[in-house]
Formats: sequence, structure tokens, C-alpha cells
Amino acid sequence: MTDMRTSDERDDVQATTGAQAEHAGNGAGNDAARELDVARRAFLRNTAAAGVVALGGGLTLYTISGEVLAKKAEEPLDPKKRWGMLIDTTKCREGCDKCVQACKKENGWDAEPGSRTDVQWIRKVEVRDPKTGFLASLPVMCQHCANPPCVDVCPTGASMQRADGIVRVDMHICIGCRYCMMACPYKARSFVHEDIPEEKKRFHAPMGKGVVTSCDFCAHRIDVGQIPACAEACPEGAMLFGDLNDPDSALARRLKEIPSYQIRADLGTDNGIRYTRLP
Amino acid sequence: MKKRTHYELLKAGAGYYTALAGLGIIIAMALAATWYMEHYGHIVTGMTNEIVWGMPHVFAVFLIVAASGVLNVASIGTVFGKAPYKPLGRLSAVMAAAVLAGGLMILVLDLGRPDRLIVAMTEYNFRSIFAWNIYLYNGFFAVVLLYLYTQMSQDWRVRRFYRPAGTLAFVWRLILTTGTGSIFGWLVARQAYDLAIFAPLFIALSLSFGLAFFILMMVALMRGDDRELGTGLVNRMGRLLGVLVAAAAYFTFVWALTDLYAAEHRDVVKYLFASGNIYSWLYWVGFIGLGTIVPMLLVFSNGARSSVKPVVTAALLVIVGGLSLMYFIIIGGQSYPLVLFPGKEVKSTFVDGQIASYAPSMPEILLGLGGVAVAIAITLVATKVLEILPRSLADAEVDPHTAAHEEEGGAGMKQAA
Repeated sequence: MTDMRTSDERDDVQATTGAQAEHAGNGAGNDAARELDVARRAFLRNTAAAGVVALGGGLTLYTISGEVLAKKAEEPLDPKKRWGMLIDTTKCREGCDKCVQACKKENGWDAEPGSRTDVQWIRKVEVRDPKTGFLASLPVMCQHCANPPCVDVCPTGASMQRADGIVRVDMHICIGCRYCMMACPYKARSFVHEDIPEEKKRFHAPMGKGVVTSCDFCAHRIDVGQIPACAEACPEGAMLFGDLNDPDSALARRLKEIPSYQIRADLGTDNGIRYTRLP
Repeated sequence: MKKRTHYELLKAGAGYYTALAGLGIIIAMALAATWYMEHYGHIVTGMTNEIVWGMPHVFAVFLIVAASGVLNVASIGTVFGKAPYKPLGRLSAVMAAAVLAGGLMILVLDLGRPDRLIVAMTEYNFRSIFAWNIYLYNGFFAVVLLYLYTQMSQDWRVRRFYRPAGTLAFVWRLILTTGTGSIFGWLVARQAYDLAIFAPLFIALSLSFGLAFFILMMVALMRGDDRELGTGLVNRMGRLLGVLVAAAAYFTFVWALTDLYAAEHRDVVKYLFASGNIYSWLYWVGFIGLGTIVPMLLVFSNGARSSVKPVVTAALLVIVGGLSLMYFIIIGGQSYPLVLFPGKEVKSTFVDGQIASYAPSMPEILLGLGGVAVAIAITLVATKVLEILPRSLADAEVDPHTAAHEEEGGAGMKQAA
């Protein structure tokens, strides 16, 4: 077999072998080296153990706060799960947009208020009943429907639904036809009308000029056991995230206790986002 | 006695090449506009997150709908056995494919990522009516070419499939237009759409748009090449156009009445049809007035019996009315806000609850005109290389029975001068 290494590499190997030969000829030196190895192994073992304890603890904390369990990278999505959210509109305050700001920061989009061309994943909507004067303020984002019209109409399948119910856009096969934007009843999708500055781009939330984009429930966070950035940022704790299909989840238990509503439930899209009270 | 139609290549003169050059300039401008839009993004167009489909789609949908209508001229001869239309079958088939190509070119070049066209050809979501349409459009080209082959072949073994091929093309075009109408009809989210009537409405529109476009092209080609064109034939086609525009208007009335009856849709009907905005004007003045009533008066007038001018004017107006209606449906329909909270007032940073404004930009208009130019240019080139244009469309040639009858009746068969 031909030796493909460079001459320098071969020299290095020879030097190491020479040093080992020296140790072999010297008993004291040999013991010292063995001790060093033992110490190194112990250090690695202890550090790893500490890491596991720390990470495990962290995960446990996340599990308690958001009831979201991390999945391993190679593990497939669990089709038994259906991620959802209950937004308590009695707690959501008019003028507060911390959830919107958190989403912007997390996912790298920005929008001038009133802009018709900027990307918006989540927005605060003030809803007023003109007959009674009742006013409510609530966040509206992709509703992660069980029967999403945007997924039905997409010609290439770029608009897709994950096994765990998250609806998102695969920007790599989106051709920018915007039919999903025509089909979405919730105005949840935006078209990227122009180049996105480099500093705003996020690896986990890819979007590019000429494709459609929308809230993906912070899938990158959910997959590692965190909750969506908006829910985490809400100072009132008004956004309860969890697994709709797990009867023991805090979300499912809460939904069993109180009435909740879906926006335009008449359309039969069966939204994953529910609200405690709609005007 | 059955007369044999003779077809001849176009004798291309200076006018022909001037026309081709003019179309070439328009197409070049459309391509430049596309490059501009793709380079800077759709930010340089009038399209927004509310008006997601703009002027390119007005032209594209008009052409795609018209394409299947253009083919109807051939179907009238083949499927319905109307002899005067038979000599027009070849031109009808070629032009139908050309018009569809023009429409599709606009759609593809308006995509956010036209470079990913291959993705649209390889990744399919079979739940999408859009994906079905990709099959229907490609199939249309195949079926029309097959139909043309059975018409033009000298081999009797091929020619005997002329009628089955014509019937297949006719059925295919009906399904295709149903698909195009359903792109809008199946949009449950939008107040202005979400109606099954869009499929038959689009079929009716295709018949009138397509026939109007065909009449204009036929008259231009025959006149431009100094060939005889019978006033009787043009008048006959004009009268059919009059019936078809009435049918299309009928479907829009049923649409408005259906939505008016449902309380939840009353506001959108009032907004579109009766609020005095640009869309109401386009519907009543553009589509109903200029595109329906005036053409009907023209084609059924006495003047249309002795001159092709009233029918040509009517055909031009049908196209003006057709584009008005497309703008009304596509832009007007999108400008009405999505109703997330029925009966409530809403406001947000994402302009929820507000009427969306739209001003078409020059690149969008150029792209749209480019599609029309492509359709005409392909037809022009085809008439130069394929024997598809009859040597004569004199009434005595295409419809001897009626021509003789009219001569006896003293109406006189005047050839187009």
C-alpha cells in the first residue's frame, strides 16, 4: 500500500514513536505517563458527567416550564403530537407587543408598522365590536391548522405540515407563486419582496427574496425542547404552549377547563392556536 | 358539393416583418422588465402582501382563458359539424397553443423564483388545483398538436382520427378552463371568490375572449395577406360572439346575486359592484357597457351584414371588457380585506381590515404585454412555416349554401374590400 502521507507527517509519527521507545526504556517515566493518562481520563469522565447533570437539569427545567421534550436530531417527529397554543386574551394587553419583538429577534425579520411589503410572522390585532364597544387585543400568527388551505393549494409541496402539526414553508422548493397567500384565511403569510440583509439572516429561519415565509412555531426551539420565542417573551404568561394531543399536558388540561375559540372556526381548518375569548 | 380547402403559407411582405419586429421589441422589453423585477425583487412592482397577484396575472389569466376559447373555433367545425368553421381549424389549433404559451410565459416569469421552474415540474402536490393545472396546460399542448396533426396529415390513416382528436381537445379544454376558474372558485378564505360558479363563468368567458381574439387575428392575417374574407363568415362569427358575451355577463349576474343573498357576503358584493370605486367602474362601464352591450349592438346591427368593421370593433371591445373583468376579479377581489373577525372592526400593523390599494407598475404591464406579443408572434411565425391559413375564406368557398341563399335574397354577398 502506498504511503500517502507527506514527509512532514511521516517525521511527526517517527518522532512520537521515538519518544514512546524512550518511555519503554525508562520505568519511572513510564509510570508518570500512565498516571497522566489516568488523570486525563478521570478529568474527561468527570467533566462529561457534570455536563450531563447540567444539561439534564436544564432540560428538566424546560420540561417543567413548557412541557416540551427535546427530540434527538436523528429521531423522527412524533406524529402522535400536535403542537398548539392557548392565548389568554384576558391577559393580553393593548399596546404590548413583546411577543412580536421576540419573534423578530429570534427569526430575523423586521417590519415597519403599516408596511404592505415587509415580512410579518406575528402581529397584534386590535378587535372592536362596533355594536357593543368591546375591545380586545390579541396576537395573530400562523394558526397551524389541522386542515391548512395553504398546504392544499401549494403546487410543489413547499407549503407543508410536519408530522407534529407545525405548518411551515420549505423555502428550498418554494417557487414564489403566492397561491398559499391567496388561500390562507388568516393573513399569516408574507412574500419576501426584497433582499434580506446578511446580519438579519438566521440559519434556523431561512427566508430569501422571492419566496413565501411564515411563522413556524419556532420549530428549531421546539425540536430541542424549548418553547416558541413569543410564548417565552410574554410578560403576562398569556401564551400557553404544549401538546394538544397529550391529555396530561398543561395546555390540554387548561383547554378542558375553560371555553376556547379558534379564529374563523366556521372554515373547518381546525386551528392549533386557540383563544380564551374572542370579541 | 363538398369543397376542398386550400391552405397556403403567408406571403410575408414588409408589413409582416415590421409586425414581427414590433412584437420582438415588446417581448425584449418584457424580458428586461422581468430581469428588473427578479433582480430587485417584487418590491419594485405594485404587488404587496395584500395584492399578491397583480397586473401580470390579469394578462396571464386572460390569455390562458382565451386560449381554450380560441380552440373552440376548431371544435365548432369538428365536434359540432359546422362546415364554415372547418377551414379555420388549423389556425385555431395553432393560435390556441400560442395564446396559452403567452399566458404561461407571464405566469412563470412573474414567479418569485422563475429559476426554480424545474421544481414545479418535478415536485407535485396532487391536492393542489395549481399542480393539476400544470398537467392540464402541458396536456393541452400535446392534445392540440395531435389534433393539428390529424388535420394536416396527408395520410388517411391519421386523418381518420380527426374527429376523435377534435373531441378529445374539446373535452380537454373544458376541463382546463374548469381548472383555471377553480383556482379562484376554491379559495375559501376570500370573500370575493369561494364560489363554484367561477368554473362555468370562466368557460363562458373563454368562449367570448377566445372568439374575439381569433376574429381579430383572422381578419388581420387575411387582410394583411390580401386574401378573400367573406363578410358572411365574419358576420356569422360576430353573431356567435354576441351570444357568448351575453352568456358570460349572465354568469357574473348570478355570482353577484348569490353573494347578495347571503348576509355574510353582502358587503363584498356592494364593495365590488356598487361602491363607485375603480372596480365598480371597470365592471359596469368596462365589462358590461363596452365589453357586452356595445358589442351586442354592433354584431346584431344591419351594418354587420355588409361590413366586417362592426364585428372587428366588437371583438376589440370584448377584449377591453375582458381585461376589465379580469382586473375586477383578480385585483378587486384581493383588495377586499380578509375577514378574520366577522362583524368586527380590526386594526393592526399588518393593515388588517383595510381595503388594499394597488397601482400597477410599468414592469408588470410590460410583462403582460410581452405575453400577448408572444402569442401573436408565435401565430405569425406559424402561418409562415405551416400551411394553416386558407387561401380564401370567401363566403362562396366556406359556406356556399348560405352565400347562394343570400344572393338570391338580394342581400348581396360583398367581399371584404
